[in-house]
Amino acid sequence: MRWLLLKDLQILRRSPLLVALLLAYGALVGALLGFAVQRDDAKPKVAFLNEVPASAVGIQVGSQKIDASKYADRLFESVDPIRVKSRAEAIDTVRSGDAIAALIIPRDLTRRLQSVIRLAGTGAPPTVEVLYNDENPLKTQAVESRIKARLADANKAISEKLTQISAGYLGILLHGGSFSLLGQKFSVLGLQRTRDVVQQTLRRLPTGAPQRADLQQVANFAQLAIDNLDLSKPVLASIGEPLHVKRTVVTGKHVSANAFYIALAAAVTLMIIGLFLGGGMLALEREEHAFGRLVRGPVSRWELLGEKVLLGAIAALAATVIELVVISLFDDLRWGRIAGWMLALLVGGLAFGAVGTAFGALTRDVRATTLLAILVALPFAFLALIPSGVVANWVYDVVRIASAIFPFKPALQAVNAGLNDADPGLAGPLAHLAVLAVGYTAVARVGLRRFA
Amino acid sequence: MNVRGVTKRFGDRVALRDVSFEAADGELVALIGPNGAGKTTLLSIAGGLLKADAGEVSRAPREVGWVPQQQAVYSKLSVAENLRLFARLEKCADPGAAVDRMLEQSGLRDRANDEVGTLSGGNRQRVNIAIGLLSEPSVLLLDEPSAALDPRQRARLWEFIEGLSARGTTVVFATHDVAEAERHAHRVLVLADGELLFDGPTAQLQGPSDGDFETAFVEFLRSKGH
Repeated sequence: MRWLLLKDLQILRRSPLLVALLLAYGALVGALLGFAVQRDDAKPKVAFLNEVPASAVGIQVGSQKIDASKYADRLFESVDPIRVKSRAEAIDTVRSGDAIAALIIPRDLTRRLQSVIRLAGTGAPPTVEVLYNDENPLKTQAVESRIKARLADANKAISEKLTQISAGYLGILLHGGSFSLLGQKFSVLGLQRTRDVVQQTLRRLPTGAPQRADLQQVANFAQLAIDNLDLSKPVLASIGEPLHVKRTVVTGKHVSANAFYIALAAAVTLMIIGLFLGGGMLALEREEHAFGRLVRGPVSRWELLGEKVLLGAIAALAATVIELVVISLFDDLRWGRIAGWMLALLVGGLAFGAVGTAFGALTRDVRATTLLAILVALPFAFLALIPSGVVANWVYDVVRIASAIFPFKPALQAVNAGLNDADPGLAGPLAHLAVLAVGYTAVARVGLRRFA
Repeated sequence: MNVRGVTKRFGDRVALRDVSFEAADGELVALIGPNGAGKTTLLSIAGGLLKADAGEVSRAPREVGWVPQQQAVYSKLSVAENLRLFARLEKCADPGAAVDRMLEQSGLRDRANDEVGTLSGGNRQRVNIAIGLLSEPSVLLLDEPSAALDPRQRARLWEFIEGLSARGTTVVFATHDVAEAERHAHRVLVLADGELLFDGPTAQLQGPSDGDFETAFVEFLRSKGH
């Protein structure tokens, strides 16, 4: 096996274009993913048109004035705003691709907001306008999602401020105090002190006094109001944010999207190189007519298959390590877990190498092997990425079967566990990959009968 | 080499039916017959590449040098690298010496470091045969050794093969070219539809006919219903 492996490495060395492509593949995918991961943190450019006059940015709430522009800043927290001067300019900016979307704050926004706060109940609600290209559904979805999230933040901030002001007034009403309105200061007795005054008066009145019944009604009302207004603060708070979300991870440790993408890219590279090298080099034995010469004596068929599986695994491991090293230039790679992810890459490479040899044994030449590898591998890889709960149960059963018989999903799980300590850990996926490696090598052995 | 009662079936088709022959040391035996006669199947069984359904071959595969019809060499490796690889795989006692010997015998020493893919068809075939001889087998099986060679290359090849035979190696070769069989073989085996129809010297097959050997061969097949 050693001499065969050296021979194949020698042949690869004599094919500089192929080797360069294999190595460049890992490096290129790594660099592209690295850039993508880095860019993910960058803010997308969004054109911004504020038509609200500087003199009209304030909203009056009782005696307080809120600066609406302060809340508009919330919209910019996850975007890079490009200030434009007109709607036409905003549209041009989006059309030209300089910005992925445009956000327009209409002239009457604060007036409409003021109308809502006064509970006037007339006119259209305050509305901001978002313009974007619909040429790419994924991009549109991403932009919509970002802007919606930021609008929700702005809405929440305004609501909280209004709740805070309203709660302040309710406090004065309950406990008494003073407030300013139109430059004048007003003192309010408050319900609690009103109740106390009435009860003191009641105590001073003779038992049969005719005013007693009326005053008792006032005292009862004051008590009822105190009791209920005490509840009003939490009620107001719940209007601002009626539903809260509590996230609990039931299965799987939390892994960031970027970390998962890195594991995904590594699994794809492992798959492509393992399949192509394992299958291609076995098919090459047939193309060179050397298969018969080898297996009639010097090398057993199992040895030949083992060598091709190992070759596929070594090449896949090398290309994937290059990819991960390139990615580490852009993003943190957990070098402390190198033993885990190297083991995952090696066993994953063996499984893909075994699938490759099965393809190589079932087809007649390198081109057919490569074509078969692409035609089979890509659908299986896509199927493995379908999460549970988004398709019908029977479809997901098919997905589970597909994921069980092809190494992509266990390889992804193993690499993800190796790199990110993700569930379900290393042991299960590694055992799964080992079983698949043995199974596909057996399929290849049966397929070799065609070679003879 | 003794081949006794070899039968081989591929599904319902009988490729060889109870074929037996012998070849003595240093004998050059030609295996001739029409397309699909079973020549390659018989050589593959004798060389240990295929298993017979019935019958036996006296020599183990490691004792037999086998040279397939299509050149089984790695075009990206040099002549010497090809020879060294197979010498190691064949577990030759001294791979370096075996490579030297075959470079010498095949006359390819000056091309030892050239990639096989850059060689002419004749030289590639010499490498192909040299690999079959690395383990110094006492029997060499050649399947269509001169196919696709020009006359000059063919002449050099036969000179090489006859030299092996002269040194005591038993050579059994399959060919379509009956004239080549007549010219070089000590004995011919005629195979048709999996049956061995004739085993003897060319003169015996030709008989008293005044025509050439090829005509006599065709007449012989016709007389046997083929």
